[in-house]
Amino acid sequence: METNESTGQKGFQTVGETKVENPRMTCRDVNVYYGDKHAIKHVGIDIGRNQVIAMIGPSGCGKSTFIRCLNRMNDTIPRCRVTGEILLDDTNIYDRDIDVVPLRAQVGMVFQKPNPFPKSIYDNVAYGPRIHGLAQNKAELDEYVETSLKRAGLWEEVKDRLDHSGTSLSGGQQQRLCIARTIAVSPEVILMDEPCSALDPIATAKIEGLIDELRTHYTIVIVTHSMQQAARVSQRTAYFHMGDLVEVGITDKVFTNPRHKLTEDYITGRFG
Amino acid sequence: MNNSEYKQKALDKSSSGRTIEMVNKSLSRRYKAERRFRRYGQVAIIISLGFLCLLFISIISKGYPAFYQTFIQIDVFLDPDVLPKDKLSTANYPGLIKKSLSSEFPEVELRREKKQLYGMVSIGAYYQIRKMVMKNRDMIGTTQTVWVPVDDDIDMLAKGHIDRNTPELERRVKDIQLAWFDRWDKAGKIKKRFNTTFFTSGDSREPEMSGIWGAMAGSLYVLVVTLLLSFPIGVAAAVYLEEFASKSRWVDLIEVNINNLAAVPSIVFGLLGLAIFINFFGLPRSAPLVGGLVLTLMTLPIIIIASRAALQSVPPSIRQAALGVGASKMQTVFHHVFPLALPGILTGTIIGISRALGETAPLLMIGMVAFIVDVPGSFTDPSTVLPVQIYLWADSPERAFVERTSAAILVLLALLIATNFLAVLLRNRFERRW
Ligand SMILES: Nc1ncnc2c1ncn2[C@@H]1O[C@H](COP(=O)(O)OP(=O)(O)O)[C@@H](O)[C@H]1O
Ligand SMILES: [Mg+2]
Repeated sequence: METNESTGQKGFQTVGETKVENPRMTCRDVNVYYGDKHAIKHVGIDIGRNQVIAMIGPSGCGKSTFIRCLNRMNDTIPRCRVTGEILLDDTNIYDRDIDVVPLRAQVGMVFQKPNPFPKSIYDNVAYGPRIHGLAQNKAELDEYVETSLKRAGLWEEVKDRLDHSGTSLSGGQQQRLCIARTIAVSPEVILMDEPCSALDPIATAKIEGLIDELRTHYTIVIVTHSMQQAARVSQRTAYFHMGDLVEVGITDKVFTNPRHKLTEDYITGRFG
Repeated sequence: MNNSEYKQKALDKSSSGRTIEMVNKSLSRRYKAERRFRRYGQVAIIISLGFLCLLFISIISKGYPAFYQTFIQIDVFLDPDVLPKDKLSTANYPGLIKKSLSSEFPEVELRREKKQLYGMVSIGAYYQIRKMVMKNRDMIGTTQTVWVPVDDDIDMLAKGHIDRNTPELERRVKDIQLAWFDRWDKAGKIKKRFNTTFFTSGDSREPEMSGIWGAMAGSLYVLVVTLLLSFPIGVAAAVYLEEFASKSRWVDLIEVNINNLAAVPSIVFGLLGLAIFINFFGLPRSAPLVGGLVLTLMTLPIIIIASRAALQSVPPSIRQAALGVGASKMQTVFHHVFPLALPGILTGTIIGISRALGETAPLLMIGMVAFIVDVPGSFTDPSTVLPVQIYLWADSPERAFVERTSAAILVLLALLIATNFLAVLLRNRFERRW
């Protein structure tokens, strides 16, 4: 064990640049426990504005667990406990008086398996603006739906059948619909947990292109098991290993010149 | 490595052509087993269908004659002396009919024989004449030809349930009555008609005047109370336990207890109802209100268990999706999870309700087994329910009640099938894919 739990001291030193200038989110000494299991250990990392940061690592290393901390989705898991500090624009999202509902509107999430509601395409996208009362009237709501679908690159494909069920779309379209649904509430940060793992290569390429465009408006955290994908879409990369954050850095540098032995083993394919 | 060694072996075998041989051998064995299993299944289904057919054939063949009633045509002189205009409701209607019968068979003079003659017509005929006269007073003073129901024994005779060869003493219809009947029959004055009385009146000591409407109304009141209480309470409990309650030992304990409640024999609920609702709260005996309360206790666990299962079957990804765009717990449940679980919840509810519809034992304990002639008009009127009515009739010695027992079973089965059909319809109506 690299971590000395009795003193709460950090025994494992993350290598690379965990800090960035003017970050959107800042994590300090984040720990996650599932019951007795220590799933995330003393992680500290900054998430830069209008950047894509990729989380990579072997499966079971805690990528999903960590990304779920960023919008407090872990709250919904019984026996899951989070300690430490996560700041979103200088407010600690784990403060006692923070309401998770507006937080999740600010930090949206796209899941591994496309999960549109079994409702119409329109209702899928309009759901967020509706519950948050963003639109004053039908015309405004229409506008929200159109802009979001356009940003998600789906508008041209579905504009004539907005009343069709969201589940009738193909897998890749469903995932872009989920992205549209997320950006309809104008989040600052979008979390994506392996958004392409259930998609074919063409749909994957579309989503990757989309992520690159979305970067101008949003900060994006993406979990991926594909190193090529991380290399293609992200500016920074974080490598996790068994709950530890091993290395963080500029994506190109991490892939061409890893500083930690574990990172090097992983990206050269020696395990994972 | 182990794995590759194994692969190598398999390859060696296949190259010698033996693998395919062995596969083929085991394949025919597998197909045989499959066919055998299918035959077992088919036999099982045929046996159960056979029993079901037997049940239906026996009940239908016994019960359908009850849907018909024998009527007899008589000419009644509506004597103005017997029907004083100011006392129409209490006039001597039996006298009118007796007079009409006597005039048809003037040779009958013995008191005993007269009594037998009058007994051939149901006392329902008196009410029928009274109703007719009260509705149309202009008829008084005229002679009217009317069809009136016959007594249940004569009805049985007309339906061929009475053997003319048995000695007269052991027969419920005497020789002289047979003769009268045959004369009427020859004259075309005997007719079978649809038995509306059976569907419009309550219980009666006279089989030909008894009906199931009283019991059906009672069942309806009971079910309304049961549904109104058990559906909202059951669904609210299920939603709370499944979606809101944090998993703790208390919740586990409650869950175990609910599952146990579902297995408690229904008569125990009847005793509980007797002790609590009637003896402690002083609610009226034999009332549909109490019956509904007791059946609510019985139906609640069924609805809770079915609703929880329906809620559990909603994929967690839907919950995550809603939470992920910032819906509150409440919004997630009521905008997404609950509508998706609704078909399952409705199915469970209807299964619970149809069980309640067929329940007898607990209702016996709270006095819904009494002989009640009046059709109940409210939730607190004494009444009975369909299965209890069946139980009561099955206990009666008259042949005509045997017929009515089967007919009432048919009606109950029809209602059960209708509710289950409704369940299927509702499920298909609300079912959505995800
Ligand atoms: N709901 C949970 N309850 C208990 N343990 C969990 C739960 N989710 C994840 N874990 C454990 O936490 C560790 C990290 O899991 P996860 O974050 O899903 O990994 P990754 O996404 O990197 O594959 C794993 O060992 C996993 O078994
Ligand atoms: Mg994961």
